[in-house]
Amino acid sequence: MSSHPEAPAHESAHNTHHAHSHGHEAAHGSFKSYMTGFILSVILTAIPFWLVMNNVIDSKAATASIIMILGAVQVVVHMIYFLHMNAKSEGGWTMLALIFTIIIVVIAMAGSLWVMHHLNANMMPMSPEMMKNMP
Amino acid sequence: MSNTHAVSADKPEFYLTEEHHPESSTMLGFWIYLMSDCLMFAVLFVTYAVLGRNYAAGPAPADLFDLKLVAINTAMLLFSSITYGFAMLRMEKNDRSGTLLWLFVTGIFGAIFLALELYEFNHLIHEGAGPDRSAFLSIFFTLVGTHGLHVTFGTIWLITLMVQVAKFGLVEANRRRLMCLSMFWHFLDVIWIGVFSIVYLLGVLG
Repeated sequence: MSSHPEAPAHESAHNTHHAHSHGHEAAHGSFKSYMTGFILSVILTAIPFWLVMNNVIDSKAATASIIMILGAVQVVVHMIYFLHMNAKSEGGWTMLALIFTIIIVVIAMAGSLWVMHHLNANMMPMSPEMMKNMP
Repeated sequence: MSNTHAVSADKPEFYLTEEHHPESSTMLGFWIYLMSDCLMFAVLFVTYAVLGRNYAAGPAPADLFDLKLVAINTAMLLFSSITYGFAMLRMEKNDRSGTLLWLFVTGIFGAIFLALELYEFNHLIHEGAGPDRSAFLSIFFTLVGTHGLHVTFGTIWLITLMVQVAKFGLVEANRRRLMCLSMFWHFLDVIWIGVFSIVYLLGVLG
């Protein structure tokens, strides 16, 4: 009795899903999507190289932040246009694996940098005599 | 009756989207391999972030790196990514010779990338800036060398697949292999974004 009312809902969802997307299509790009990705990548690569090679911005911190942000954007562009990532491919499992990896990478990177920064900051300063007597 | 109706209306529908089961799980498995490879590169990147400023009174990135060479290298890898994309598009059109042609072009770009990287490494070692000079150079050679090793194996794989396609055509097995290599090749380009941003550009910036 309880399972009976949801059978029609299941059916209609099945049909609409079939109607507007064939799971297989998503795995490949088109000429247009490859060219979009390529042109975006060229722009996102050229800007940071130009910034560093011509010393466009005086502030090093600002230049470094722009490089990192453009790098992150370019990674996303590659993921979408070249690797054809989306939430639907392989029933969402590729996206799940990606999210898991990103979480592990962020924990490992942030944790290591945090710990090692404090390790450096708390090191005893070394005098020249100590340096000379080093093994 | 009204009770069961309310329950079925509120039911989350996430299981309904699992309609399409791909015939083979190779793509998902290969993706998970790439993710584990990504973890390995993340560890190398974080080691670089920790050790990258320990020059041991030796040369710093600004003294060593030639950004023009790095820019050409980056362009080679980016070109090889788009030409691999063209190879995949030809494969979908069942155009065997077109696929082979674009794979060949991709291989050429990959080989130029490797040649330039080997030239750079050789140049650095001859200048006395080998991996044994300082912690910074150790992790530089490890990180960039690991990426180069991946490109080397990718190129070998590419040549293998060109022989396969030339011999057996675009059969189902070869299509699957070409799609795996496609993911591998684009993934290496993604890693290279991290390399040129963090190692070369931030390094030269100081």
